[in-house]
Amino acid sequence: MTEESTARRLSIRILRHDPQNPASAPHIESFELDETPGMTLFIALNRIRDEQAPSLQFDFVCRAGVCGSCGMLINGRPGLACRTLTAKLGPAIMLAPLPVFRLIGDLSVDTGAWAREMGERLQTWLHREAEADIDRLEERMDPGRAEEIYELDRCIECGCCIAACGTARMRKDFVGAAGINKIARFRLDPRDQRSDEDFYELVGSDDGVFGCMSLLGCHDVCPKGLPLKSQIAFVRRKMLAVK
Amino acid sequence: MAGGESPMKLVYTDVLVIGGGLAGLRAAVGVKRRGLDTIVLSLVPAKRSHSAAAQGGMQASLANSAMGRGDNEDVHFEDTVKGSDWGCDQHVARMFVHTAPKAVRELAGWGVPWNRVRAGEREAVVNAERVTIREAPEAHGLITARDFGGTRKWRTCHTSDGTGHAMLFALGDQSIAHGIPVMERMEALALIHEGGRCFGAIVRELVTGQITSFVSRATVIATGGYGRIYKVSTNGIICEGTGMAIALETGVAELGNMEAVQFHPTAIVPAGILTTEGCRGDGGLLRDVDGHRFMPDYEPEKKELASRDVVSRRMTEHMRKGKGVSSPYGDHLWLDISVLGRAHIEKNLREVKDICHYFLGIDPAEEWIPVRPTQHYSMGGIRTRHSGESTTLKGLYACGEAACWDLHGFNRLGGNSVAETVVAGMIVSEFIADFCQSDASEINIPTALVREFHAREQARLDALLASNGTERAGDIRRRMEEIMIDKVGIFRSGDELDAAVDELQELLVRSRRLGLRSSARGANPELVAAYRLPKMLKLALCVASGARARTESRGAHSREDYPQRDDANWLKRTLTTWTGEDDTLPAIDYEALDVTAMELPPGFRGYGQAGHRDHADTAARRAEVTAIRERLKGADRFEIQRALMPFEHLLPERYRGRNERLEEPLDD
Repeated sequence: MTEESTARRLSIRILRHDPQNPASAPHIESFELDETPGMTLFIALNRIRDEQAPSLQFDFVCRAGVCGSCGMLINGRPGLACRTLTAKLGPAIMLAPLPVFRLIGDLSVDTGAWAREMGERLQTWLHREAEADIDRLEERMDPGRAEEIYELDRCIECGCCIAACGTARMRKDFVGAAGINKIARFRLDPRDQRSDEDFYELVGSDDGVFGCMSLLGCHDVCPKGLPLKSQIAFVRRKMLAVK
Repeated sequence: MAGGESPMKLVYTDVLVIGGGLAGLRAAVGVKRRGLDTIVLSLVPAKRSHSAAAQGGMQASLANSAMGRGDNEDVHFEDTVKGSDWGCDQHVARMFVHTAPKAVRELAGWGVPWNRVRAGEREAVVNAERVTIREAPEAHGLITARDFGGTRKWRTCHTSDGTGHAMLFALGDQSIAHGIPVMERMEALALIHEGGRCFGAIVRELVTGQITSFVSRATVIATGGYGRIYKVSTNGIICEGTGMAIALETGVAELGNMEAVQFHPTAIVPAGILTTEGCRGDGGLLRDVDGHRFMPDYEPEKKELASRDVVSRRMTEHMRKGKGVSSPYGDHLWLDISVLGRAHIEKNLREVKDICHYFLGIDPAEEWIPVRPTQHYSMGGIRTRHSGESTTLKGLYACGEAACWDLHGFNRLGGNSVAETVVAGMIVSEFIADFCQSDASEINIPTALVREFHAREQARLDALLASNGTERAGDIRRRMEEIMIDKVGIFRSGDELDAAVDELQELLVRSRRLGLRSSARGANPELVAAYRLPKMLKLALCVASGARARTESRGAHSREDYPQRDDANWLKRTLTTWTGEDDTLPAIDYEALDVTAMELPPGFRGYGQAGHRDHADTAARRAEVTAIRERLKGADRFEIQRALMPFEHLLPERYRGRNERLEEPLDD
């Protein structure tokens, strides 16, 4: 635990707007507060709301870096606010909502609607003909394969990869790294009976894996450190082989 | 727009599910598969629910791995009942342990990448020593398990330490596959009910402030626990117990055992974020200020892997002896997982590693983790029958942490909560479907009744927005959280509980005079905090007054002035109701547990404090059980179990089949 004295005065600038309120226009509001030891942006934002701006909107749930609610632009870079220690940032901090997503208000964006739409469009569930008999021994799986699937299954749909994606900024229906990673995950799963031809129907287009310009901001910002670079390249290669 | 003028928006569905975590989603999938229409309401996108934070795993007696061999429903049942300190409903515990293996296998079929058994030798750490475990070739590729506290076998199935996440995403994706609407950022404010029958809920959209009346044949509350009434909790910030509170506020539904609150031994200091019990299950140790491993001094048998209530108390005792490590945030102890080695941590405890890295700035493969016991789980909840239906409000169901069908009694075993969420969702959804497909579920209510509930909630919000009250919700809430942690925590006593109940009542009265600084009718976090506060205070009062009345120690409820478990007087479940809107205390009643029907009569748990006071029926029942076992010597375990306490008839038909194991093959 770091115990150095942190008597810094932080200046936190927040891009604010309430689309529900016709009188609201996007503007930047500055807040000052004293840093406390171990302070995260979760703690800082709650203090600002408690003490200075009761209407300030933001989203946290787990506040432990696992639920993906609190993606925002932190000094211009997408990241999870809950696990960002203010001590790792300078005394002037700029916060803005993730771009691309529908703005709910202030730092809150609608990643939920995006994730649901992605799930429906890419059919991100295990596809198999027959339901297993749950009274009987489960189907076996290679232990190494199970670990590889989990590696890709760790995506928390926080939306940081979409916010960091050049293509997503230009092409509103681009599936993004999160979507392509999902396809890679089900493709790897021996329990899923879909073929590459089936996956091609889902991502074999410019709104799918062929739209990626390989800028790979997604890979750089993914809070879970998913191997997005290699997965996008891999899925693209497999999809190219289909046609 | 004034409340009275707003048009009433009304939605009908067969089954209204409030809560989008594991329990709610599994219940929704269950009723949808039975052909019913269902809507899930969730405060947040469903995949962000607190279920995602479950790390270590779910218990199910698959008995695939070498250290799980010989495991079965009987062993899991005994562990669960002992864990509960005999407070649980043993029929429900039987239903649960029987269905848990099916739940794990169902989730495997939906894509959860459970860790698997690898045949051959592997190294593990058991009791601070490196041992070699030999996995059998016939188990290769089946689902493996790790060790957890209070269990006799390694039974906890997992995906690394992101089990809840993997389960929730598989179920979230299943709900998409089934086309189930999940309405996000929706909050139920009140249940619609009349004459002992629930007809749905009045619901507020958090973004627009729009109020909608949802009318349904069956209403399910699956909103998780009430950890956030405590100042320090591992729970997500949405775990405010408001789903239970709207049931309580009907004045009809009962809450069970609200004083049964679990503290998890190893949350990091100061953030209160959980590090999984898997840390100790995999061989991690607890150390004090001198680096001494102290748990064997207190619990020679189970050591770090006694049940959570016991380990949390021992840690607190040890810190009280001056053996804690002092810090600006109070005393703590150390969790040492460096003994497990870097490779193990980076593969099996990676969330823990991330948490240590981001929140503490340490590498747990090199350094010890500062931990202390922290509020973690709510054993109490909406009292239901084994079917999940409220005991007193027809058409209202509850499952998961929000419910008290009573699997956990006074202490829940690690790995039994995520298991409970899906198992309860499976079982309860079948009972709901049966109900909805029977004539008994027909609803015939006047729209005037719905309008009345709608208007009442709208009027409350209007009054809050217009109030010139001077009380601030944040101040009152912080005080409530402090009272709960200081006076209704791990160790409790009569004086402190008296003081807690008194002051919480004052806070409840003050909470009726709140004023707001922001007047937006739509998205307004201050308004939300204000209308949730009295609900949370009522739950806090149920916890504190239930704890004050219970003059014994049982499981997680530990009275320093009554240290003994007292079966003679207290082998009963606390029931609280809130009968008058202006009351400041719940009504408390009790429901006796029937010792004469218990498969496992009360006794010593094998860890924790020995020496309890027996119930009048215990000796006779113990003799009866011994006689039955004697008479059936040589019979198979199913026959013996059936003679002791039949339960299969309580299960939905589709879940009655036996569970196959390597050592218990099923005939074709």
